[in-house]
Amino acid sequence: MPNSRFLSRWLVAAVTGGALLAGAVQAQAKPPECIAPAKPGGGYDLTCRLAANGLQDAKLIDEPMMVSYMPGGIGAVAYNHVTGVRDDDPNLIVAASTGAALNLALGKFGLKHKVDDVRWLGALGVDYGAIVVRKDAPWNNLDELMKALKQDPSGVVIGAGGTVGSQDWMKAALMAKAADVDPRKLRYVSFEGGGESLAALLGEHIQVFTGDLAELKPQLDSGEIRILAALSEERMGGPYADIPTAKEQGYDVEWPIWRGYYMGPNVSDEAYQQWADRLRELNDTESFKELREGRGLFPMSKFGDDFHQYVKQQVADFQQLSKEVGLTR
Amino acid sequence: MFDFLIQGFGVALTPLNLGLAFLGALLGTLFGALPGIGPINGIAILMPLAYTLGLPAESALILLAGIYTGSEYGGRMSSILLNVPGDAGAVMTTLDGHPLAKKGLAGPALGLSAVSSFIGATVAIIGLTLFAPLLAIVAVKFGPAEFFALMIFAFASMSAMMGKDPVKTLIGAVLGVLISTVGVDSGTGVLRFTFDMPELYDGIDFVVMIIGLFAVSEILLMLEHAFRHDQEGEMAPIGRVMVKMSEVLYCKWAILRSSVIGFVIGVLPGTGASVASAVAYTTEKRISDHDNSFGTGNMRGLAAPEAANNASAAGSFVPMLTLGIPGSGTTAILLGALMLYNINPGPMMFREQPVVVGGLIASLYIGNVMLLLLNLPLAGVFARVLQVPRWLLVPSVAILAFVGVYQLHSDLMAIYLMLIIGVFGYLLRKFGFSLAPVVLGFVLGGLMEENLRRALSISGGDVGILFQSGLSIGLWIAAALVVLIPMFAGKLKAKFLPAAKAS
Repeated sequence: MPNSRFLSRWLVAAVTGGALLAGAVQAQAKPPECIAPAKPGGGYDLTCRLAANGLQDAKLIDEPMMVSYMPGGIGAVAYNHVTGVRDDDPNLIVAASTGAALNLALGKFGLKHKVDDVRWLGALGVDYGAIVVRKDAPWNNLDELMKALKQDPSGVVIGAGGTVGSQDWMKAALMAKAADVDPRKLRYVSFEGGGESLAALLGEHIQVFTGDLAELKPQLDSGEIRILAALSEERMGGPYADIPTAKEQGYDVEWPIWRGYYMGPNVSDEAYQQWADRLRELNDTESFKELREGRGLFPMSKFGDDFHQYVKQQVADFQQLSKEVGLTR
Repeated sequence: MFDFLIQGFGVALTPLNLGLAFLGALLGTLFGALPGIGPINGIAILMPLAYTLGLPAESALILLAGIYTGSEYGGRMSSILLNVPGDAGAVMTTLDGHPLAKKGLAGPALGLSAVSSFIGATVAIIGLTLFAPLLAIVAVKFGPAEFFALMIFAFASMSAMMGKDPVKTLIGAVLGVLISTVGVDSGTGVLRFTFDMPELYDGIDFVVMIIGLFAVSEILLMLEHAFRHDQEGEMAPIGRVMVKMSEVLYCKWAILRSSVIGFVIGVLPGTGASVASAVAYTTEKRISDHDNSFGTGNMRGLAAPEAANNASAAGSFVPMLTLGIPGSGTTAILLGALMLYNINPGPMMFREQPVVVGGLIASLYIGNVMLLLLNLPLAGVFARVLQVPRWLLVPSVAILAFVGVYQLHSDLMAIYLMLIIGVFGYLLRKFGFSLAPVVLGFVLGGLMEENLRRALSISGGDVGILFQSGLSIGLWIAAALVVLIPMFAGKLKAKFLPAAKAS
């Protein structure tokens, strides 16, 4: 049967081709690599792409940066891997965010893992938490919402894309704390990601969504939602200029969500410094500013040791906060 | 009001975009056909490439959407030929698709499923064009309580699958639900059944589950046969390769019903092709399985899930384009791709980016026709894959799947887990369990639990919320009916038509 022979050949070719392709990925002489500690397509993937595309466009790396995925344990698997296996790889960076710092603070990466177990490299951008309601919500500003919460902590349904103890929950909990309400009395609903939470807000299943500022731009433009407060230090510019911060409304709550990277603990100072310089240089180029804006991120300039100390401080703060909101003892 | 579509066809019909639509369709079919690489991973792999090539936004989106819709076509191939689902939406396709191949009807099965995929997708794209903004408003009304009722309905429909061994179907579904509870609890963040292994925090990956359960267990079965020098379950020789018009016509209502079901479920944010095809299959079995031949190679049992999973893929574009909310895991990635281009999908997109939206929708029409033209002749070619001995074919596919899974996890744990699940699947099959209820329990159980708990957190623990809206009450009634009607129908039949029993 000629057809069958044709086909077996074709199949063998496909199998060897596939195997070679996989082999080639392994065998290449170490191009720079970014591990996204999640499945493809998530926030960490985009964080890696931000570095990969930016560095390549700015010609700060010779070879294209490879992005690989290591999902598991909300980042713990990658943290394990980099502290244990590839602890001195000078070409490897790992995407991280405020969420990773929070998980470290809460011991969710395993109690043996500490913030100093890796070298925090730098952040290329930051987003801020936001308190969001529907356009027809009864509250016109943060103060009115807070008063309602004070009166009946479980009278307002709050939802967001994370479990109790996640970043999104922390935003709600910190708000509650600022209004002298016990965070554990909140009526909090966790969804799978910001998209589902937003759908629940628009569908009137929840009343308040503790989301992130930049991801809300489309719905803000169309007037479907109102943002009662930005959880940033000061007002952001551009389309967000009219949104007051929580602080200026008398509630001292901030929630920056930085997007950055870390490296293995035994990476040489030289390699670490080189990467920090690269990111710093990238951060200043014009083309990167566009890329960052496209990703809906605000500038954040912290690199090298500066950034390491920042993350360390943040983890310590989170540990303190988690005690205050009753998450840990 | 359809200016954007006319403009869109202008965009989609340029040579570059036509070429990209074809490339997307082809690659998507391949990604879907290979177990382990579904649409999500296919798009994630090609997204950076499209960006690096400097393609304009609409072209990139046309390419990526082609991959998405193409993989829903491709997923059926290994389901039918190997009894290994190519992706999440193709699990139900194994139930009747593979028995058809065993009967020597692989070619017609592939052809019929291509036609039903085409019709399903077309119905959904027309729905998308006409009703997108309206549907989006209804879709967000579908809250946790309604989702919970929908899952109850889906589980109730599964009772239709309880054909010869209801207890085993039930046990299988419960096992699936049990497995779905592994990982971080979605409400409180507490770890469940993870045994301090961070690899298990995120739960068991769907691909790992499918490859283990279907492909690995298949290899184990073959090994066993080889050891015992059994005659392996031989495939019938390949007969004709083309599907007949009469077969398509036999399935026409099944296809149309399933297309509508698939589209509606696809529009709902948070549910995708797997739920759509499961509901379509079980509904169709209820409606048109008069001689209890679903599961043994009934053409309608093949056409229904295929129409539904393609319809749901197109349906999931509705919330993405109108609200900026992903309707499925894959559209979530497409949203990310758009953000790389500084385009914020959402309510303003139809007005601000008519070229992108119109081009995308037009390319869905065109891509769908391409996929049909590509897949009909391919049916004959792929049917011949069965002439490759199974001992060579299945392990080859498994190797590709292993490589794919390892690449996505960069961790051997995923491979070990897959092997363990494979042994588990092998045992289940030896004891005469069907694997589909296990997978359905796994998918639906997770969604059901999450939504029940969300609903109860919203209401502060009051179960009344589950029966509050007309939508959920309707679903509850439907669920009750699918369980009760056959019970009484059987009795009534026995009473009034004793002859029917004898025949």
